[in-house]
Amino acid sequence: MAAEPSAPLLEVRDLRVEIPTRRGVLVAVDGVSFHIDEGEVLGVVGESGAGKSLTGAAIIGLLEPPGRVAGGRILLEGRRIDDLDAESMRRLRGRRIGMIFQDPLTSLNPLYTVGRQLVETILTHTELTPGQARERAIGLLAEVGIPSAAERFDHYPHQFSGGMRQRVVIALALCANPRLVIADEPTTALDVSIQAQIIALLKRLCREHGTAVMLITHDMGVIAETADRVAVMYAGRIVEIGPVREVIKAARHPYTIGLMGSIPLVGHDVERLAQIDGAMPRLDEIPEGCAFHPRCPHAGARCRRERPERIRLGDSEVACWHAGELEGAGALTAGRRRREGEAAARAAERPPPLVELRDLARHFDVSAPFLTRLFSREGRKILRAVDGVSLTIPKGRTFSLVGESGCGKSTVARLAVGLYRPTRGTILFDGQDYAKLDSHAAMAPVRRRLQMIFQDPYASLNPRWRVAEIVAEPIRAHGLARDRGEIRDRVRALLRQVGLSEADERKYPHEFSGGQRQRISIARALASRPEFLVCDEPTSALDVSVQAQILNLMRDLQRELGLTYLFISHNLAVVYYISDYVGVMYLGRLVEWAEARSLFARPQHPYTRMLLDTIPDLEMTGRRRAPVAGEVPSPISPPPGCAFHPRCPLADGRCRGERPEPLPRAGGGEVACHAVEEGRLPEHAPRPLPAREDAD
Amino acid sequence: MIGFVLRRLLQSVLVMLTVALIAFGLFRYVGDPINNLVGQDTSAIEREQLRKKLGLDDPFVVQFARFVKNAARGDFGISYRHRRPVAELIVERLPATLELSIVAALLALLVGVPMGVYTGLHRDGFLSRTFMTLSLVGVSLPTFLIGILLILLFGVVLRWLPTFGRGEVVAIGWWTTGLLTASGLKALIMPAVTLALFQMTLIMRLVRAEMLEVLRTDYIKFARARGLSNRAIHFGHALKNTLVPVITITGLQLGSIIAFAIITESVFQWPGMGLLFIQAINEVDIPVMAAYLVMIAFFFVVINLAVDLLYYLVDPRLRVDREQAAGHG
Repeated sequence: MAAEPSAPLLEVRDLRVEIPTRRGVLVAVDGVSFHIDEGEVLGVVGESGAGKSLTGAAIIGLLEPPGRVAGGRILLEGRRIDDLDAESMRRLRGRRIGMIFQDPLTSLNPLYTVGRQLVETILTHTELTPGQARERAIGLLAEVGIPSAAERFDHYPHQFSGGMRQRVVIALALCANPRLVIADEPTTALDVSIQAQIIALLKRLCREHGTAVMLITHDMGVIAETADRVAVMYAGRIVEIGPVREVIKAARHPYTIGLMGSIPLVGHDVERLAQIDGAMPRLDEIPEGCAFHPRCPHAGARCRRERPERIRLGDSEVACWHAGELEGAGALTAGRRRREGEAAARAAERPPPLVELRDLARHFDVSAPFLTRLFSREGRKILRAVDGVSLTIPKGRTFSLVGESGCGKSTVARLAVGLYRPTRGTILFDGQDYAKLDSHAAMAPVRRRLQMIFQDPYASLNPRWRVAEIVAEPIRAHGLARDRGEIRDRVRALLRQVGLSEADERKYPHEFSGGQRQRISIARALASRPEFLVCDEPTSALDVSVQAQILNLMRDLQRELGLTYLFISHNLAVVYYISDYVGVMYLGRLVEWAEARSLFARPQHPYTRMLLDTIPDLEMTGRRRAPVAGEVPSPISPPPGCAFHPRCPLADGRCRGERPEPLPRAGGGEVACHAVEEGRLPEHAPRPLPAREDAD
Repeated sequence: MIGFVLRRLLQSVLVMLTVALIAFGLFRYVGDPINNLVGQDTSAIEREQLRKKLGLDDPFVVQFARFVKNAARGDFGISYRHRRPVAELIVERLPATLELSIVAALLALLVGVPMGVYTGLHRDGFLSRTFMTLSLVGVSLPTFLIGILLILLFGVVLRWLPTFGRGEVVAIGWWTTGLLTASGLKALIMPAVTLALFQMTLIMRLVRAEMLEVLRTDYIKFARARGLSNRAIHFGHALKNTLVPVITITGLQLGSIIAFAIITESVFQWPGMGLLFIQAINEVDIPVMAAYLVMIAFFFVVINLAVDLLYYLVDPRLRVDREQAAGHG
């Protein structure tokens, strides 16, 4: 990174973005300076509210009113662009700076064909004739990996899958060959296998076209895989910026160090995740001095008073009064206690099963109306969301289900708590067939013993109720206490147990942050003294540091109360951290399950292997990964035989015709795969388990 | 697609049968039809004979079937008051009402949509605020008051426009039109404006709300990020996306313009179906009322069917079969 005489592609100096509101002006981005060189990938990470998206919007001149650039300069190729008039700025967009948004499902106009949208954009920026533009558009579609591009040219966005649509979005953003692309969370809304494909595509295209990328994301793994340098933002400021390897492996700012420590890692057995208490401050209450000081373990008097400016340390720049003193080397793994002995003990001990699902199935009728079926001569369409899942969860253990969207994991969760009735199969709860109980009264005693925690902490709490009422509801509903004082004491105890204060009982849900709301959800779930908790993606709507708090809390509660969890997630690292057993689902079936360490260390089913290969290499070990191919097919007409065969490198005639049944698997658990059964499985590079010397 | 159209047709037939049932009930059971037909001095025996002759003592189902059969051929019987076939009366009045309604609807659309787009794009402009305030007047003032005020200003004070009637009409076959003569056109202005005003403000407010909604979507943001011109974004991408709800409401409104032209027709003594209906109510002319009811229902059903088919033209998402849609849902 020698200083070059020529100007960088993009230079941002002292950028300040303000949002005027009725209660005063909020400063959302404050004194942000950085540059991006030609062809470079700069990652910008931070949790929600850090100001990273606003920084990107300010650069491309698309701040939503009333937000405005209130200070600083933005220079593109040495020319100032923040003071351009609207028309000149518009000419720049698409041609010099492109942008990719988060959600491919909503980024394309649903009423026009993708071809028309491409041609329109190309014609806006080039002198090509419509015919040439069409050729160019088809070429671009092929380049972003859309099969039979010429044919797909005339298709509408809804005829593409999510991953394919994001490819179209990338083609649109790159169609006028911009020098810089701002990618705002380009993979967040996608499934893990698609995520890996899109990141690879973006990297390849930008390398081939020499396009620089400002990659905005909250996902450190994506940054580690893609970026050359990384800027870490907190409360509207860059707290640390430097080469990606240095920031990830030797973070210097306490926030970065904490952030790294709070990311669960596959292969690292830890007792607890490092945890930064609290949450990102709201824009109207950014603290004096260093904005991070209330959450910082090293904060001193000076941190509370004076705001630190960025100082150079090695190749990085860090804004912290203690920057030189802190050692962040190995922040990813340092300070984490090993749990090997305990894990082995836990695995050796075989508690009795609490929940058993046997051949569980749930089908949905998604047929078209009768007359339409009659005329288009089609039969009924049955969506087999869950089709024959059997699993056993021992008392006090966590069984996790992973898989991509549409695999049926959430349906299993809903079946397990009785929100859906199974089409087939039995659910044994403590030996009793819960699915057969049909009267409300007969179910009630079982209902009390199982509870659910939902993904969205905003939608799952009644906004008109006070916290005390929310938490007390299960107590009242199950008649666990009738006396008001008793209920109040119980609610207060629950709030303390989940890390909230007693005073919070008077507040309404909107007064809490996402993480605190999830704590309220947990308190509510615990109110009926359940033994079994079903958690459907409980942390996927939360920021990393808050996710660590919730995961730690869930684990503490399990130890204290002997809870049994069924945990649903698409995040494999989270699953590795929280689980004793892991099951992998694909199109309504459990393709492999095993004890967590065994599954991650020696995955057998080709789909499990593929999923594990999508985990970003955060530790930057340079581990080689197999490229991920294909997308999940429609669950309405799943492929015959083994549903995974179209994406499977090992598929043969038998896989195409005969559905594999689950068979005992080496190392415990079960796997449903003909290749495994026939011993055709190639050796899989074993994931390195933690080396003995990397902690302490 | 065929399945969809057939399903809608089937539903339409059900709606029409239900309305026919109500109309028939009105016809048959509100008062005694025989009493309405004959004079005071008709003897009881003669009445019985007439009842038999007209089939009024047949079972309910048979009578209803006969009513539906006749109605389907446009035969609604004889008006009690005019002593002429109801169908004839309606055909005579239909052109007046349809011309008034269609001109009013076009006026509402051609003025309402551009105003909606403008106020959506320039949310805080002076002109937008003026439009919005005026539209409030349009929504809140009752039609008859606006009509009377217009008559007062343009008819009585300024004497520019005629205050009642259709002016000179030209007959083209059975259709009479006022659109081809100066006096006919002049006579049309005030009733059409009166009738259009409420719809216009409604359409404007609807288009504005939809525009604001669509301009917030990701695909508009992405279109801006690709540097497309404002014109292409506003009129190419945004406006078309606002059309689906606008088509729905406009379709329904066209139906109500036809159905509720009554008030405007009364105010301006417009010789249309509305006026005929009002007179029929005054004089308990049941066959006319029943026919009017069935006809208006028929208009609504046809317009709704057309609206549903328009959706297919506008929105490609409806054109594919459900399998694809569900597969990616």
